[in-house]
Amino acid sequence: MSDYTRADVCAAAIADAFKDDGEIFASPMGLLPMLGVRLAKLTSNPDLVISDGEAFFLAGTPPLFAKGDVVEGWIPFRKVFDVIAYGRRHVMMGATQVDRDGNQNISAIGPFAQPTRQLLGSRGAPGNTVGHRTSYWVPRHSPRVFVERVDTVSGVGPKRAKAAGIGASRYNDIHRVVSNLGVFDMGGADDTMRLVSLHPGVSVDDVVAATGFALEIPAEVASTREPTYEELTLIREMLDPKGLRFKEVPQEEVAQ
Amino acid sequence: MSRKPRDKRTSIDDVIASLESGMTIGIGGWGPRRKPMALVRAICNSDLEDLTIVSWGGADVGLLARAGKIRRLVYAFVSLDSIPLEPNFQRARQTAAIPEIVELDEGMFQTGLKAAAERLPFLPMRAGLGSDVLVNNPWIKTVTSPYDDGVGHEELVAVPALKLDVALVHLNRADMHGNATYLGPDPYFDDLFAMAADRTYLSVEQIVDTAGLTVDTPVQRVLLNRMMVTGVVETPNGAHFTNCVPDYERDERFQKAYASAASGSDEDWQAFHDRFLAGDEAAYQAAVRAFTEENAK
Repeated sequence: MSDYTRADVCAAAIADAFKDDGEIFASPMGLLPMLGVRLAKLTSNPDLVISDGEAFFLAGTPPLFAKGDVVEGWIPFRKVFDVIAYGRRHVMMGATQVDRDGNQNISAIGPFAQPTRQLLGSRGAPGNTVGHRTSYWVPRHSPRVFVERVDTVSGVGPKRAKAAGIGASRYNDIHRVVSNLGVFDMGGADDTMRLVSLHPGVSVDDVVAATGFALEIPAEVASTREPTYEELTLIREMLDPKGLRFKEVPQEEVAQ
Repeated sequence: MSRKPRDKRTSIDDVIASLESGMTIGIGGWGPRRKPMALVRAICNSDLEDLTIVSWGGADVGLLARAGKIRRLVYAFVSLDSIPLEPNFQRARQTAAIPEIVELDEGMFQTGLKAAAERLPFLPMRAGLGSDVLVNNPWIKTVTSPYDDGVGHEELVAVPALKLDVALVHLNRADMHGNATYLGPDPYFDDLFAMAADRTYLSVEQIVDTAGLTVDTPVQRVLLNRMMVTGVVETPNGAHFTNCVPDYERDERFQKAYASAASGSDEDWQAFHDRFLAGDEAAYQAAVRAFTEENAK
């Protein structure tokens, strides 16, 4: 099957970020992460625990934003913090900015005292990043997102966690950054961001041009795997028949 | 003499009259969900000022900021959800209109309420370590564990108690004594707000008799016990335009109108304010009904 889209590649790459997690609470923030997590639950990791994003753990794997499924547990907002402390959670968050050291910002752009653009606030990012595995999803890879230094550190990268001591670094685990161009991890020299794989149709130059810091590029760059026939069927016919994924990664961004 | 616990029914006006400028006020609910909006609107229309507001912020924060009521804001996020960024809050931040900003991690916020509820000066946790939450709030200290957990003596955040003078919360049902149930899927943190506060004022969709609280719903939904509650106000639709499920969902159309006015010109906001916010709660509800009818055509 060769007519897959970039959005499908991203969904499969996100699913792969959760494949080795075992029986943990997979918390996706945003549409593609939700699609990727549900895809992982239907393929590589059926043990994943998922929620409706409100107050219920879902026993099944319903389509994006579907109402109604068998409920297998109660996860009101207050219990999310229990799970963060417990550690059996992997969150994939957005990032308005992310830097070379894997620090993430969803708080404010510009000086904190008087931002040029106030964003959401730090939300749970400080706690997530020192509590359990955390990944980031960036639908539009650009130098405005991938910056040398984030303006405000909401999510804590490995270098800052280590500097803050064992209490911070013990459970810090920045696992993957998935963008519309590729997959990245924090395996670069001195805990910096490294290119793991390029999505089909994307070149190293594309990524370098869209990244505002010196990214570690391995000698041989892998290609992000193509989604399988089974995955494409699940995405198209079950999880996202309406093509909501193309709102985040346009359909025109074809993979080939 | 009555052999029953006290009748704590009161009015919006009496609640507001009991508050003072400079107070620290916690607001229950979560973002655009089950906010005590009738009480928030009344604060906006009062002469109270210099307030410290502690909130999982939604339009409550936006309205109070726009009304110039906030001297110090304690939050982890401010959002309308379907509209991610709260325009009045953004405006206040981008013009530095709120003198003191305390942005915490969400878990720290809960832990601060827990500490206050347990009458402790702080509780330890990891959240905040390494992040700019500690850089931007240098008054928040760390504490070294007295125990060696196999990795040495961990340094943790000493999350300070978020002690409140007053908590304002909105639930679905209460009796006249202040026992109250939430009927939606999530209690949020309203009991913690109540226990972190010296006084708690509760607004509800409906006041019922005590037996009515558990007649059609499990006793586990009784979130607030009367010993946590100072006064109860019956304010039907009082959480509008946030949700109060199952009584009502969020009024998305109204929220859109709010956000559009808030992010528009000063005249846009003034027009919205004059139409909806200038009068009392009854006037607000009447204006909302008219708005709903207009838009249903």
